[in-house]
Amino acid sequence: MAKKPIGPVRRAFAPWDDPAQPAFIEFRNVTKRFGDFVAVDDLSLTIYEREFHALLGGSGCGKTTLMRMLAGFENPTSGQIFLEGQDLAGIPPYRRPVNMMFQSYALFPHMSVEKNIAFGLLQDKMPKADVDKRVKEMLQLVKLEPFAKRKPHQLSGGQKQRVALARSLAKRPKVLLLDEPLGALDKKLREETQLELMTLQEDLRMTFLIVTHDQEEAMTMADRISVMDHGRILQNDTPATIYEMPNSRFVAEFIGDINILEGQISKKEGDQIQLFSSVLGDHLDIVQSIDVNVGDKAALAIRPEKMRISFDKPEGPGINAIPGEVWDIAYMGDVSIYHIKIAEAVTVRSIVANTTRLVERPITWDDKIWLSWNRDAGVILTR
Amino acid sequence: MNRGPSYFSLTAMVLGFAFLYLPIVLLIIFSFNESRLVTVWAGFSTKWYVELFRNEQLLQAAWVTLRVAVTSATLATVLGTMAAMALTRQRRFFGRTLFSGMIYAPLVMPEVILGLSMLLLFVAMDQARGFWTIMIAHTTFTMCYVAVVVQSRLAGFDRSLEEAAMDLGCPPLRTFFSITLPQIMPGVIAGWMLAFTLSLDDLVIASFTTGPGATTLPMKIYSQVRLGVTPEINAVCTILIGIVTLGVIAVSITSKRQRLQQERDERMAMEQ
Repeated sequence: MAKKPIGPVRRAFAPWDDPAQPAFIEFRNVTKRFGDFVAVDDLSLTIYEREFHALLGGSGCGKTTLMRMLAGFENPTSGQIFLEGQDLAGIPPYRRPVNMMFQSYALFPHMSVEKNIAFGLLQDKMPKADVDKRVKEMLQLVKLEPFAKRKPHQLSGGQKQRVALARSLAKRPKVLLLDEPLGALDKKLREETQLELMTLQEDLRMTFLIVTHDQEEAMTMADRISVMDHGRILQNDTPATIYEMPNSRFVAEFIGDINILEGQISKKEGDQIQLFSSVLGDHLDIVQSIDVNVGDKAALAIRPEKMRISFDKPEGPGINAIPGEVWDIAYMGDVSIYHIKIAEAVTVRSIVANTTRLVERPITWDDKIWLSWNRDAGVILTR
Repeated sequence: MNRGPSYFSLTAMVLGFAFLYLPIVLLIIFSFNESRLVTVWAGFSTKWYVELFRNEQLLQAAWVTLRVAVTSATLATVLGTMAAMALTRQRRFFGRTLFSGMIYAPLVMPEVILGLSMLLLFVAMDQARGFWTIMIAHTTFTMCYVAVVVQSRLAGFDRSLEEAAMDLGCPPLRTFFSITLPQIMPGVIAGWMLAFTLSLDDLVIASFTTGPGATTLPMKIYSQVRLGVTPEINAVCTILIGIVTLGVIAVSITSKRQRLQQERDERMAMEQ
């Protein structure tokens, strides 16, 4: 479902839509068990060259295990992992052309910043002059030249993070693995670093695989996101597709905020679908090409910013409108979140941008209003 | 408000320290006694120290003790570190619980039993007893102390450091020497010093496993004391106490300095 890029400048990067594109990293039916616990469950995933791929999920979903298997710290119980077509089975971590940036940074405490960065290069018996040159380049890249002689405990958290990054990039690995790389930084520094990582990845033309539990981080940086739960990938798509077209309740609720209305498919003609909601006692129109049958249990999921509120019932083709009552308002500054009661014990959220600086909002508590959305604003979820 | 120590705690402290150190202080004082009689003060003199350095037998014994202590401590440190690595790193192997329990056993085993079993082993092996048998016996009984000390150091060691090294292309053995060992070095040194002092003052095990020509200092002192305490013995003991005290002071000063440096560095990093 790649959309045409708007404007002539940037060509869309979408090798996953090109069947001729060879896989760069491939997990093929990989399973990893620790005793009785299944960390990764028969998982297959293809990542392309120069892709920025994010493994996103809560703790214990198997994302870190998956990455550690690529680095060689864990061996799959079954299945294969390929890098540029080569099976990685039996290759120890110190012979794999991938480097990892650790969550704890894992800087060698007894070595200075430059020695830390040079460590990997010296393992390859690189000539001294070349090592010095590369270390200098790396220090420049992460803007840490004045700190070359410092020991890790003489650095702040952000500086440590940059040393860890420089060290993992120094060997020019085929894949850079990032394990929760920004977890220990404060919000402002994290946002800056996100942008820096993206620029770096574009400049170095390298493949990045990042593990994160932070959906915002994944959305901002990644070309594609794999949402994981219980050792499986629930959805692997671009951030926009994951957000707009989640394929399951878990994905829909994990990423961003969403309203879910339970119901049953009552009509289907091509991509024109009707869902009957018993709590509302109403039929809702949806346009979506999806494989469902009349009578199936399903749910309609709509993002709060796609729900409008108004005093008058909006008329027109392709608009769903249901009556409701303002239950609560959360003023966030840029937007206000309206909690609308649409039936007994059922509330949905609508996000309204605060386009004027009126302190008194026209729509306020206990107002009877109409909640409306376009037919193509929501998606049907069957699982 | 009175923040100073109460009379009670002051008295307790004085009594406690007197209990611990009075005998040692007496020993040191009497090593400078002019008189041949150990318990009668007859004026200050260093003549027993001069005498001591003329006593070939005593010097010989001291030399044997030192050699045994250095070699056995070194060997015990290597073996003990290896044992600690195996027990902390191998998460599961057959008999792990048994092994980790067994490493503590020599800590509580009566020395007489250790010494006797060593003797029986050497007799059964038809091994001539002397320097090497003492050394081996000391290695076995000090090894577990090293293992325990190093194990506690390894428990606080961040394994991702080793993974990072391997990830950067460093094979496991080299990773141990370039990353792990420098990190656990304080534990290894402490283990070595513990093994060294244990070996230095051991009498029981050494007596069981010794042979002709390999008399250690504690054995020599003990046999001389049976013939009557001479101020010479006091002098030897004073020198030993001096060596141990210097060692302890040196270790505590360096560790204190490291800690202060670390704190300064961290403050500096925070201020940026």
